[in-house]
Amino acid sequence: MPHLSSLLNRKTRTLLVFIGVFVFSVFKAFAYEPEELLNTDTLSTKKAEEKKGFNAGHLITEHISDAHEWHLFGEGEHAVSVPLPIIIYDEAKGWSVFLSNKLEHGKTYNGYKLEENKIVAAEEIGVGEEDVVEDASTNSINNIWDFSITKNVLALLFSAFLMLWLFTSVAKAYKQRGSQQAPKGLQSFMEPLIMFVRDDVAKNSIGEKKYEKYMPYLLTVFFFIFINNLLGLVPIIPGGANLTGNIAVCMVLAVFTLVVVLISANGHYWRHIFAMPGVPIPVLLILTPIELIGVVLRPFVLMIRLFANITAGHIIALAFFSLIFIFGEMSAGAGLGVAVVSVLFTVFMGFLELLVAFLQAYVFTLLSAIYIGAAIEEGHHQHDEHHAHDTKLSEAQIDII
Amino acid sequence: MELVKPDIGLIFWMVVTFSIILLLLKKFAWKPILNMIKERETSIDNALKSAEQARKDMQSLKSSNEKILAEARNERESMLKEARDTKEAIINEAKAKAKSEAERMIAQAREAINSEKMAAISELKTQVATLSIDIAEKILKEQLSSDEKQKIVTGSLVQEVTLN
Repeated sequence: MPHLSSLLNRKTRTLLVFIGVFVFSVFKAFAYEPEELLNTDTLSTKKAEEKKGFNAGHLITEHISDAHEWHLFGEGEHAVSVPLPIIIYDEAKGWSVFLSNKLEHGKTYNGYKLEENKIVAAEEIGVGEEDVVEDASTNSINNIWDFSITKNVLALLFSAFLMLWLFTSVAKAYKQRGSQQAPKGLQSFMEPLIMFVRDDVAKNSIGEKKYEKYMPYLLTVFFFIFINNLLGLVPIIPGGANLTGNIAVCMVLAVFTLVVVLISANGHYWRHIFAMPGVPIPVLLILTPIELIGVVLRPFVLMIRLFANITAGHIIALAFFSLIFIFGEMSAGAGLGVAVVSVLFTVFMGFLELLVAFLQAYVFTLLSAIYIGAAIEEGHHQHDEHHAHDTKLSEAQIDII
Repeated sequence: MELVKPDIGLIFWMVVTFSIILLLLKKFAWKPILNMIKERETSIDNALKSAEQARKDMQSLKSSNEKILAEARNERESMLKEARDTKEAIINEAKAKAKSEAERMIAQAREAINSEKMAAISELKTQVATLSIDIAEKILKEQLSSDEKQKIVTGSLVQEVTLN
């Protein structure tokens, strides 16, 4: 039976879908240019290095990818950046820890150097035959484990401390003010969000009875993504790292969801994967592998969605700014003219990104909750199918986003 | 491409950091916050319920008040009615008594008048009798004063007797 509230929810969901489609089409329209720039960049790196002009592709890749230093301003030899600690484990040499400024501008330290943001063993000069050197270097490339505190790791640690500080102080406010007083300040800002995750995400998708157990995970995921999305929009340190647009971060988040789903999955869930009731055995031979792929595919899509949305947002903002300098190189007037348009568009994109920051956090949390809900669902059939249908529907809607 | 290749170092730090914030926030933030929110919700719930109860109580109190008031009004009414009745009864009784008294007195007076009248009449009768006798005596004396006159009387008397 669709209650009124769920109908309403569906309405808001469709609205979100429309917004999402709109955002996505904007992304697609504008993502074309930087992508091309990126391609030309990677294909002809040498050419780009020789060219002494503005290179948008290089700028964008640098901003959205991880780094061993935190670049502040300046280019090339005059670049000013915050050095970050490098922690590497070399299977041959063991652990070594040093600051990244020892490797800046292509310097070699302790037998290591930075090559396209990767730490590799430097070729030792004067070690006889080429074959041996090549062998050694390929070996050590494979054997270096990089646990450095990179830009993204620092941003991650910063956001972790920020979250701990934010929510322990909110918790303290709750303890101080007790249950009889209305929330105030930061507490009253967070409460609607917490209630939103609890009532609209957890209760709806997992069910009134069992949602409480998963609340800590859902809240942590929601606020982790939301806060880091917002921090990613802040252009200055400690914001500006493309953390939630990093594939490793998204992957870990998705794997956490997968683990939670697999741990809480009940017999009913497994039975539906390995032996869907009412399905003949020959069909099961096809269905079961599909279902098994589905189990892994869902978190995979979660990962890709978050990664692509956030990264695309960063690329677009940077592409708009790059346009100013590309035209500026042609003539100052063109640069200024484009600057007006670019800034306006970037402001517009900034607002869209604010929406996307919330939307992606919401979508990730909602889908996690739906997967958990599906995993712990008890099997009374009539109702079951209804629910499954509902889940599939909302999943399809969200997939458009 | 570099962008879609997950970096082992970042994965490691992410797993460590995320696990730690998950555990710490669970213990120090989400549990107390969610508990407090729930507590507040139940207390608001209870407050609403008790307000509703109070409203109902009030209503029943009001209706019982009205009932009492109505009863009092009825009581007053009946008391007033009784008083009026009593008054009426007393007045009626008094009237009746007065009437009967008056009647009694009138009867008495009438009796007294009657007896007085009787006495007067009998006295009058005696007086008249004496007077009549005196008059008859005088007449007789006069009529029989001479012989002639005695003869006339006796003659008429004798005549009357024979005629019968």
